[in-house]
Amino acid sequence: MTIHSTAVPLENENVDTDQIIPARFLKATSRDGFGKNLFRDWRYNDDDEARPKTDFVLNSPVFSGKILVAGKNFGCGSSREHAAWALKDYGFDVVVSSFFADIFKNNALNNFLLPVQVNDDFVQNLFDTIQQNPAAEIDIQLENQTITNVSTGEQAHFDINAYKKTCFINGYDDIDYLLSIREEIETYEQVIGY
Amino acid sequence: MTLFDKIWNRHVVKQIEGGPSVFYIDRHFIHEVTSPQAFDGLRKRGIGLARPAQTIATADHNVPTWDQHLPIKEALSRMQVEKLTENCKEFGVELYGLGHSYQGIVHVIGPELGITQPGMTIVCGDSHTSTHGAFGAIAFGIGTSEVEMVFATQCLMQNKPKQMRINIEGTLQEGVTSKDIILYIIAQISAGGATGYFVEYAGSAIRSLSMEARMTICNMSIEMGARGGLIAPDDTTFEYMKGRKFAPQGADWDQKVAEWRQLHSEADAVFDHEIHIRAEDIQPMVTYGTNPGMGIPVTGSIPEETVLEEKERPSFRKALDYMGLQAGKAIKGQKIDYVFIGSCTNSRIEDLRQVAQFVKGRQKADGVEVWIVPGSKQVEAQAREEGLHHIFEAAGFQLRQPGCSACLGMNEDKIPAGKYCISTSNRNFEGRQGQGARTLLASPLTAAAAAITGVVTDVRDMLTAN
Repeated sequence: MTIHSTAVPLENENVDTDQIIPARFLKATSRDGFGKNLFRDWRYNDDDEARPKTDFVLNSPVFSGKILVAGKNFGCGSSREHAAWALKDYGFDVVVSSFFADIFKNNALNNFLLPVQVNDDFVQNLFDTIQQNPAAEIDIQLENQTITNVSTGEQAHFDINAYKKTCFINGYDDIDYLLSIREEIETYEQVIGY
Repeated sequence: MTLFDKIWNRHVVKQIEGGPSVFYIDRHFIHEVTSPQAFDGLRKRGIGLARPAQTIATADHNVPTWDQHLPIKEALSRMQVEKLTENCKEFGVELYGLGHSYQGIVHVIGPELGITQPGMTIVCGDSHTSTHGAFGAIAFGIGTSEVEMVFATQCLMQNKPKQMRINIEGTLQEGVTSKDIILYIIAQISAGGATGYFVEYAGSAIRSLSMEARMTICNMSIEMGARGGLIAPDDTTFEYMKGRKFAPQGADWDQKVAEWRQLHSEADAVFDHEIHIRAEDIQPMVTYGTNPGMGIPVTGSIPEETVLEEKERPSFRKALDYMGLQAGKAIKGQKIDYVFIGSCTNSRIEDLRQVAQFVKGRQKADGVEVWIVPGSKQVEAQAREEGLHHIFEAAGFQLRQPGCSACLGMNEDKIPAGKYCISTSNRNFEGRQGQGARTLLASPLTAAAAAITGVVTDVRDMLTAN
C-alpha cells in the first residue's frame, strides 16, 4: 500500500482532540460529515464559514494533500473517535508526528487513517521542506514501513505491529477477528468463572 | 510482578504472535455521546450485545443541570439522550438515565454503586475512565470502534503498555489536596510525559488519601498521556466499598477482600520508569495555559519564554495569547468571572463538603458566578441531607443537578468568550468550556477561595485567617 502526496504542515504541539473536533459537534449519531467541522475554531472567526482565519494552514491556498504533518503529542485529550472521523472525512489518509496520544492512535488505525510516528528531526525537516516548497511530496510505503521526504531523499522507518498492518492493508476489522474466536472467549469466561 | 501485571495477565484470553493481546473486559460503562455509532455497528452486523449484564449506561455529557424533569430543550442533545434510551432497551442494557436516582457522571456512579472493584478491567468511551484505577483496576478510555468491539465480543485488542511508578512520600501541607498532587505531577512531566505508559501511584502520601481523593488523581492520568493510572487497594478501599449496592456481600465479600489483598506490586517488581516526589514540595496549583501541563504553584509566575526550547515557543505564545495572560507575571490576583466546581475529577461529596466548610459564613465576590454541579443524584441527595445547599445558597453559589456540565460545555453550561473560569475540571484546552472561554484548573479549595475574593488566591492565607 502506497501513499504519495503533498502535505499540510501543522506545526503546533499538543494538538488536542477538542481542537480537531470541538465538543458541540459530537451530538451526531452517525459517523458521517465531520470533515466540515475539522479544526472548526482554528479555521473560522466567530464560527462563521464566511470569515475564515487566513493564517490557519487549512485555509492556506498553497498547502494541500492527503498527509497532515503535525507537532508532537498529536491527538491528546478526549477519546472521541470523531477526531479520526473528521480527519478522514476531510480527506487525510495519513498523519505524521513525532508522537501520538495512545487513544487517538488506536482510533486512527481503526478508521484506516495511518499514524506515522518518526523522530523530531525528521518531522522538523519535513516542515522545512514543505514550507520551502508546498508542492514537495512525501512517499509512504506501508509494506516496508518507510516514509520518504522525496525532495531531500531522507527516509525513515516507522513502527506498526504486524497484526494491525495486515488489517490495514486488507481492510480487516478487529471485530471480525474477535467474532471468529468467540469459542475461545467463552472458554476463557468459563475458566475464570463468569 | 507489578499490580498491573497481575491484573493484565489474568485478562489475556489469547496472545497474538507479533501483535496485540485479546484482552477481556469485566465492566463496560457507556454514555450517550460515544455509543450511538457503536450500537449502529451491531445492527449493521446483525448481532446482539455479547454481555449486556456487564454493561452499564448513564446519560451525563449532554444533560441540562437545571429542570432535569423537563424534556431537554436543545434538539440534538435530546435526540442523543433519547437514542441512548432506545438503544439500551433494544440491546438489554441497564440504564441509569435522567430521572433515575442513580443517574450521574459515569465515573462517579461506577464507584459509588460498588460496580467498580479491585482487579477488574473497566473501559468506557471516555478518556477519564482512568478514574476507576483508584480501586486497583485496569481502567482506560476507548474510542467508539472499540466500544463496538466490547459490545460484540466483551474483548479488545490491546498491546501491553510500558509501566511507570510515581512515588509520593511525606505529608501534604494544609490547603493542598489530591488535585494539587496531580496538577503538580503533570506540570513536572508535561501533557505528553506519560504517553505509552500505565502509571501506578504509590507512597505514603497516596496511601493516606481517601478513595475520593485517589479517584481525582487517577482521573487525570490521561492528562499526561498515560493510558491509565492505578493504586493498590487497601483497607481504605475496602471500607469505602463495603455495603455498596453492587459490592459483594456476606461470605462472598470476605473471600473477595482476601483476593484483593494480593493486588499489589511485589517488592522486586520492575518498572520501565520511576519518579519520586516529596509531598511537602507540593503547593496549591493553578494552570495558566491551554494544556493541563501548563500549571504553576499559586504563588508562582507564568514562565518566561526564554526557559523554553525554541520550537516550543510558538505553541506557548499561542496559549498565552488565547488566555490573555503575560509571560513572567504572577498568577495570584488574576481576575475571575466564573467558578465551576464539578466534573468527574472533583464533584463528589467530599469535594462539596470541603467547599461548604470553607465558604460557611462567607459570600461570593460581586460579579462572580459560581456553579456547583454534583457528580450524581446520590451526591446531590447527600449534599442536601447534610444541609450543604443552605451554605451554598447563603454564599451566593448555585447548586445544580448532576452531569458533565461546564467541563466540556455540551449542554447550556458554557463560559462566555473571553471570560476567566477557575474550574475543578480536568482540561483547559482552547474552547473546552465554550468558544473563547479561558480556563484555569485548580482544586475545589482554590476555586472556592477565588469565588470569595474574585481573583486567584492562595487558599492557605484564608485558612489561617479563618
